[in-house]
Amino acid sequence: MPSLIDLNLEGQQVQRHRPWPRTVIDSAVWGFATRQLAERRWSLLSLWGEPAMVHMALFDSRSAEIGVVSLECPDKHFPSVAAHHPPAQRLERSIQDLFGLVADGATDSRPWLDHGQWGVRAPQGEAVAITAPEPPYPFLKVEGEGVHQAAVGPVHAGIIEPGHFRFSVSGETVVRLEQRLGYVHKGTEALMIGADPIRAARLAGRVSGDSTVAYGFAFARAVEAASDLAVPPRAVWLRALCAELERLANHLGDIGGICNDAAFALLLAHFGALREIVLRAAATAFGHRLMRDVIVPGGIARDIDDAGKAAIRAALATIRRQFPELVELYDDTASLQDRTVSTGVLKPELAAQYCAGGFVGRASGRGFDTRRTLAYPPYQDLRFEVPVLQQGDVNARIWIRIREVEQSLSLIDQILDQLPRGPLLAPLPVQGQGEGVALVEGFRGDVLVWLRLRDGVIARCHLRDPSWFQWPLLEAAIEGNIVADFPLCNKSFNCSYSGVDL
Amino acid sequence: MRKLLFKSLFRAPLSEAAPTLADAEVQELATRVGGAARRRLGRSLAIREVDAGSCNGCELEIHALSNPYYDVERFGIRFVASPRHADVLLVTGPVTKNMREALLRTYEAVPGPKWVVALGDCALDGGCFKDSYAVAGGVSAVLPVDLHIPGCPPPPLDILRGLLALLDRVAVGTARAPG
Repeated sequence: MPSLIDLNLEGQQVQRHRPWPRTVIDSAVWGFATRQLAERRWSLLSLWGEPAMVHMALFDSRSAEIGVVSLECPDKHFPSVAAHHPPAQRLERSIQDLFGLVADGATDSRPWLDHGQWGVRAPQGEAVAITAPEPPYPFLKVEGEGVHQAAVGPVHAGIIEPGHFRFSVSGETVVRLEQRLGYVHKGTEALMIGADPIRAARLAGRVSGDSTVAYGFAFARAVEAASDLAVPPRAVWLRALCAELERLANHLGDIGGICNDAAFALLLAHFGALREIVLRAAATAFGHRLMRDVIVPGGIARDIDDAGKAAIRAALATIRRQFPELVELYDDTASLQDRTVSTGVLKPELAAQYCAGGFVGRASGRGFDTRRTLAYPPYQDLRFEVPVLQQGDVNARIWIRIREVEQSLSLIDQILDQLPRGPLLAPLPVQGQGEGVALVEGFRGDVLVWLRLRDGVIARCHLRDPSWFQWPLLEAAIEGNIVADFPLCNKSFNCSYSGVDL
Repeated sequence: MRKLLFKSLFRAPLSEAAPTLADAEVQELATRVGGAARRRLGRSLAIREVDAGSCNGCELEIHALSNPYYDVERFGIRFVASPRHADVLLVTGPVTKNMREALLRTYEAVPGPKWVVALGDCALDGGCFKDSYAVAGGVSAVLPVDLHIPGCPPPPLDILRGLLALLDRVAVGTARAPG
């Protein structure tokens, strides 16, 4: 069986692409890679475009290697990956919208991010002005006796991000859910072109607000890989501290949020208070409740002092005291369990096919965790477990979060105990050249950043949120459930809108 | 649950121990917000929130306003599900072109008198997204804005402060009241 290393021999390896190789291949090898994906030998990490090139990041789980393959497409066409490997579909449709590159043989050629509102087509490729109004978006047809549709969004009833859900319902049962996203597309990757790494890092930190640390971390690591820069140890440890605080805050908020969607508001109140404690400790330690712009390329922008450490320790103590009895309450409440157990089941086969990251994957048997599988510093020096369950229902996704809260508490303790002294920032090379790729474990899964530095500025950057591969799975998980359970399913996935609309 | 509820009978309500200067300020703010809301709007200010392109950071802090520490509902400030029940449209994000129409339609569904609050740095002028092909600009590029609350994202206290400013303006009748 060929490994990713063999693939590199089939094409021309790009110089200064770190830490994993990038190879320019021809369409025959591209087709071969696609078949490897379809046959589950490799996993798809991402697929993205440039004006006349497409790239695919692949993962070989046997060797824990990543490889990027690139195909030149001067005639604006490339062989569809999604035709053989469905997880590529939305990525491919986005490439078509943003760069005007056509995926030959694609099973779905409808636009995805482009709603016909930008005034141009292919804004990041050879932009063409549009003058005529766009035809309405053709939703998939569902037919059958008594089947009706419920259209929800983009403006929802709660305080959440905008997106459109088209439910086809028979009685109370959802027959099909079709998502339409793209409402918060901001052209982030286009804005990064020509930006210096510091400004670009600010943009990366605003891809998804709840994962601002994870994005800052992944972006910084990609810049550092591209410039072959070593980061001071203290900064490395502080980055992990921020990342674990972010995970803790989000998981605490989410557990309460899911319970609230089952009308169990008591737990929302308690978990909301715990989340607030973490945010306040983060504000004391790093000057910002969400720790935005704390991680910068080259290191970290802010040091932690004794007051910050004390605030974090105090927050940990409170959570350790209160969390177990809240978990017990969750586990002992039959009316709540009635809503979460066996609801919104994601089958392990689908989670594996789509490389579902984070709690979505781990609740459905996929034990992938970037912190462990592709361990980056300082995680190789830290002790933690990666919880995995098989049931794949809302309950399992809650329990993965519960276990991860416990792991993060322990990780934060270990980090505070071992925090090395020293400088916080290594200067970036002024005329940085090269390409870098990084994968970092955010709270909802692995965040991938790929970028090319030229003359010290970003020539192209691609940011891939874990939600790309989780949103389609929500469509599958809701099937056969009742409409009233959609909020529970949705919140238990908690996919990012802004992260995929970009 | 019995255990937890039983405990709550004997435990003091969730509150912050020794109030520092900043906390005293919150208390004062809270009292003023409550008073102003009552004077002008009869114990209620209904807010419809619309994310018109934010990264969700602002939403996280708006959510925090409802946690037991801030608990805005005690002042009669409520987040409502429908624009038809709202006095205030609270808008976040640089308005993306893909959200422009949905935002306009939501605004049109709010009965008058109504006020628009733009929340966060992006909502002012697009923030770091302002020159994008996909962004219309700040909220004021699409709707008449009565108040802007800066921050990336503004912490809950700043949002509370902003709402107070709005209520004060509404109370003296200087805020724009279209429709």
